[in-house]
Amino acid sequence: MNTANQYLKAIYLIQQQDNNPAATGRVADMLDVSPASANEMIGKLEDRGLAEHEKYKGVSLTDDGIVRARDALQTYCIIERFLVNVLGVENFREEARELESVIDGTVAERLDTIIDRKPECPDCFDPELDACSCLDVELEAEQPAD
Amino acid sequence: MSLGQQVGSDRQLARLLQIGIVLEEVVEARASRHYQSLAEEDRTLDAEIEALLEGAATESADHRKRLEALIEGLTVDSVPFDEIETLVEARYGQTKPEDFDGVLYDQLCNEETAYKFYDDLIEAIEASDAEFSVDRQRLLEVLRGLREEERDGVEEVTQIMEERE
Repeated sequence: MNTANQYLKAIYLIQQQDNNPAATGRVADMLDVSPASANEMIGKLEDRGLAEHEKYKGVSLTDDGIVRARDALQTYCIIERFLVNVLGVENFREEARELESVIDGTVAERLDTIIDRKPECPDCFDPELDACSCLDVELEAEQPAD
Repeated sequence: MSLGQQVGSDRQLARLLQIGIVLEEVVEARASRHYQSLAEEDRTLDAEIEALLEGAATESADHRKRLEALIEGLTVDSVPFDEIETLVEARYGQTKPEDFDGVLYDQLCNEETAYKFYDDLIEAIEASDAEFSVDRQRLLEVLRGLREEERDGVEEVTQIMEERE
């Protein structure tokens, strides 16, 4: 299961957007979890050498963490592209979020053989849209959940 | 974004089963393509690999039917599978195995991937309290059966690979 990967992906995207360590509150907001849960998982990521947390500044990914976050982002892109290009799903962002923790990287690699992913992946991912920007669909930024 | 490791609705379950069908479709297309290439290109046919690939293609077709039967029991719109078939066929129309080792390795990856997929799916369903339109016991029985056959497939290919070392 991939919960740690979802955290790594969120931290990576926030760091990219802010060009700074990711504040725990931002990570919690992005994943729609409590700050306490985010803190707990960030502690686990630190123990595994994937992230470093500095008090009052936030969390940064280590080199190993970045590699894993980019892999997770690539898997997410594959799921989105598969939903749109193969299954023709309109609400693909919502469904990709539901599926990402169940679809392993190995399985995504096989799906990847039929989706025509772009070489720039995962840099194609647009965090504002929460979607692969190379998809041939019109998208608007989603409203945050209440 | 939200976190979750469970399968919580008919729709989510149907999507995952559809992904299973596509994976089986990919396995079937690759096995079939490899099988045909062997027949065309190698006059001294390797009976053991031929039998393996033929068996893999037949098994995948059977797995797809079992997954389709589960989806039919769910309250969701179905996906036109003939389109998926065409798409997968088009992707593999041009590929050819480089040698017997490549064919076996590819087949091993296929079986391992399918095993991993069913294993994760079973775990996610077991972790969920959701009620589906299909009987949970039957759902898990079918998926465990598929996982078991993929495990056997991994062992079969591994054994052939070891014998050829």
